[in-house]
Amino acid sequence: MNPKLTRRRFIKGVIASGAAATSTTIWYSANGQSRPAGAVERMIRININGQMRNVDVAPQETLASTLRYKLGLTGTKLGCNRGECGACTVLVDDVPSYACSVLTHSVKNMRIESVEGLESANGDLHPVQQAFVDELSPQCGYCTPGQVMSAVGLLRSNPNPTREEARQGMAGNICRCGSYDSYLNGVMRAAQIG
Amino acid sequence: MAYMHIGKDFVPPDVPGKVTGRIKYAEDYARDGMVYARLLTSPVPHGRVVAIDASEALAMEGVFGILTADDVYPDGEPQSPGLKVLTNEPTLMGEPILAVAAIDEKTAEDAIAAISLTIERLPFVLDPLDSLQEGGADAYNGGNTYIFREGFAEEKWTADQVASFRSGNEPTAEALQSWEYGDLAAGFAAADFVHETTFSTAGYPHMSMEPRSAMAYWENGKCYLHGTSQSLSAIAEPMAAIVGVPLEDFVFINEATGGGFGQRARAGSIPSMAIPAKLSQKINRPVMMRVTREEEFTIGGARQGLQGWIKVGFKTDGTMSAMDMYCISDNGGKGGGGDANSAAAGVSALYQTEAMRFRNTSIGTNTGHRGAQRGPGENQIMAVMAPIMDKAAEELGLDRLEIRKLNAAQNGDVSGPRSTPFTSAYMPEALQQGADQFDWEGKKSRARQTNGSKVRGFGIGQGYHNAGRSGMDGIVRLMPSGRLQIHNGVGNLGTYSYASTSRAAAEVLKMEWENCDVVTGRTDRHLPITSPQDGSNSIFTNTRTCFGAAQDLLAKMKEIAAMDLGGDVADYDVDGVRVHQIADNTVGMTYAEVAQRGIELGGKFSGEAELPEELNTLTALSVSRLAGSALMGIYHDPRHSNNPPGFTVTFMEIELDKETGKFDILDLVTIAECGTVVHPQGLANQLRGGAVWGIGLSALERHLYDPQNGLPASSGFWQSKIPTYLDTPAEIGTGWVDLPDPENPVGARGIGEPSMGAVSAALNAAISDALGGHMFDAAPVTTDMIVNHIAGISEDATPLAQNNFRG
Repeated sequence: MNPKLTRRRFIKGVIASGAAATSTTIWYSANGQSRPAGAVERMIRININGQMRNVDVAPQETLASTLRYKLGLTGTKLGCNRGECGACTVLVDDVPSYACSVLTHSVKNMRIESVEGLESANGDLHPVQQAFVDELSPQCGYCTPGQVMSAVGLLRSNPNPTREEARQGMAGNICRCGSYDSYLNGVMRAAQIG
Repeated sequence: MAYMHIGKDFVPPDVPGKVTGRIKYAEDYARDGMVYARLLTSPVPHGRVVAIDASEALAMEGVFGILTADDVYPDGEPQSPGLKVLTNEPTLMGEPILAVAAIDEKTAEDAIAAISLTIERLPFVLDPLDSLQEGGADAYNGGNTYIFREGFAEEKWTADQVASFRSGNEPTAEALQSWEYGDLAAGFAAADFVHETTFSTAGYPHMSMEPRSAMAYWENGKCYLHGTSQSLSAIAEPMAAIVGVPLEDFVFINEATGGGFGQRARAGSIPSMAIPAKLSQKINRPVMMRVTREEEFTIGGARQGLQGWIKVGFKTDGTMSAMDMYCISDNGGKGGGGDANSAAAGVSALYQTEAMRFRNTSIGTNTGHRGAQRGPGENQIMAVMAPIMDKAAEELGLDRLEIRKLNAAQNGDVSGPRSTPFTSAYMPEALQQGADQFDWEGKKSRARQTNGSKVRGFGIGQGYHNAGRSGMDGIVRLMPSGRLQIHNGVGNLGTYSYASTSRAAAEVLKMEWENCDVVTGRTDRHLPITSPQDGSNSIFTNTRTCFGAAQDLLAKMKEIAAMDLGGDVADYDVDGVRVHQIADNTVGMTYAEVAQRGIELGGKFSGEAELPEELNTLTALSVSRLAGSALMGIYHDPRHSNNPPGFTVTFMEIELDKETGKFDILDLVTIAECGTVVHPQGLANQLRGGAVWGIGLSALERHLYDPQNGLPASSGFWQSKIPTYLDTPAEIGTGWVDLPDPENPVGARGIGEPSMGAVSAALNAAISDALGGHMFDAAPVTTDMIVNHIAGISEDATPLAQNNFRG
């Protein structure tokens, strides 16, 4: 075990940070930059956007870190890094999941889809992406990849949602610009053009 | 007027990048050899660094260097209340003290853990009234307030004065700031209904989705800074000054910004970006500084809280004859703001108050950094005022819509202490349009109807913000390819005004949008200066500059055509592809040909001579670097007259559950009065987004601090809860008056901020209506406050409390 990243030190870090568990500690532990000796296999293969990729993954590394900092898939955004905002939403076996709160090792046998994997080979946008363009759903855009992935996951499980079902289905994604109505317009349009 | 582009929807060029994840925010960049910075932040809300021993940290493998306040400010820290890059005199919990750069973030964290920080804990205060009371702690070293051009000062009231104010009485102490117009005494004497109350509105964080991460590197003597900003070109010069590099050697790169809302408008509100720049310079490596959610809370800014007293008088016919307002503004641990002044000016503008007095004293607390947040001041006070307007209507036997129409701003009206005329104003039209779209007449009889534990409430809200500036510059280039390049320095934070204002240039030249490029994203693409993208000003300000630059280009095109093809300049027109003689359109030149000819002619045609004398520094630098590359249109926008307002109106119906205090918004219609509509989809987005923000202000968001230790308890998205899909209506009705403003070449004014204020006002009024007219005189009105009121429990254990629960 990494002598510098003990459970005690982690807890001390949480206490020192104040009322909430700070993401500071999680940052470096999640970025896979520690080098613990141990039995856990580090070089793993993961299925990302339909491709098998070899990647060196630390035991405590989050999927968001692997995607962003190991595979260069920076479309997956980190807004809070602690499961509050949904900006890092990806699909794991079709289920919208917060990549900041999923350990990469736990999904190595699953299908992972990030926003980069949605366009067709000829460059056509996914119907959800096209609908979000048509409805001008994004504002600042930082939450948009997460909103796109939640919408894709929703429409796979429920291709013709009511607006209220779409609202409930998208509720795990925060948009500080307040573009919820425009995103829902996009989801409903995508369901129509599906 | 029929336009090609104005009033038409289009796909802003960055939207595909946003839905595909291709567009890059600051933290998405990487650079060979990049190392990582982490921050050591203040563990106390108010302190003084006594000693820093970083010897052990600096000896660690993988640690490249440290940056302290002494490095940043070798001549001593500035004695001003604003945010500093780093500080030895923290006045809020979590303020950055030093930064360490290392091979990775874990090593940087380990190094920080090895640093011995000796810090003297100083008394702290969380509520302005606690500081104001004699014997109360001061938030700053040198006092509890800052007086412009004088410095820190201490302002104290007697305990009786504070207690009297908390008990609901008019403050008796002399305020530090004041203005007045009209005959206040006569106004109240003429009033048939007078309402007097204390009120409080909460401070709360901006919570942009993108933390303010930044990455910097130096190359050939130039500093390249990847950062986040809502004002791309406007922050270049002041940011270069903070970094300590000449403007010509500074490149700011900012393709997209993940939310601003006022706190990324100016360099002084995001000085933390200088940390990686200075560290990079010191250790000669690219430095990435990722900012966490907690750090974003600490240095990311917050709305000012207001503790106030208000007295309003209405004549029998409903005219607001007098208004007296006294505020204590919470300046927080850093910065400050003009919320109270804007609040008073906003009341004057919206309700056309015949006589008015404004008084304010700003007091610091050791809480979040304060600064402008979407509609600073106006949006809080409108939430307080809307129930008062309803109360006046009820007392005077007037319809709630009619009392607002009676006091509404119209063309020719003035507002504020200097009686500034509006450039144009159509508030009565906006009110009627909203009433029609909402069906006010058909629905209003349902007010206060009950269904089991649920009760209906209706609210009408109005919003206002001064929405336009001038004095900025424009640059457009007609390229030898025939394409138009529109250089635009507005930031890209999601309003799309960087693109929509550029269309004013395409409009002048009658060019298809497909033949135009918006040049933006980084300052070494040579941008003109524009106003910071705050204060809802971009649409008004930048349509003026883009229009003006295109007019200059058009004149040059005609001059070249006349020179080469004969005739006078007045004989020529353009059709989007060619400049040609009006009488014989076969005589002419293509845009590509005239561009090439402009380069050949040089001088004024290619930006090498006869430049506008008043060009701003950045614009002049950009023009000098572009000179000779194209036929150029260059423009300095003279100052306009009067006040271009952004007005909004909201009608809302809610159903409030008296058992839980929870409410659902059943219908919400919000109308913009912002001149000619430039970009309908963008305007609708601003109205919807503003609505969500208004719900947050009036129902959810507030700072909370641990009173024992000064720890922030609302540093995450869910503690100072921003509205979610489930807190907002599934559909928000929008509309606009769409009447042109004469001070703008395409008739447009801004709207981003008042879009929020009308909704915050309507919601507070609807809650009050549902509760039989009870007025909380506060924002937010949270479910616990509603339930306590219904249960007959005192709403305020500590009246007017700031940065803490009220009960």
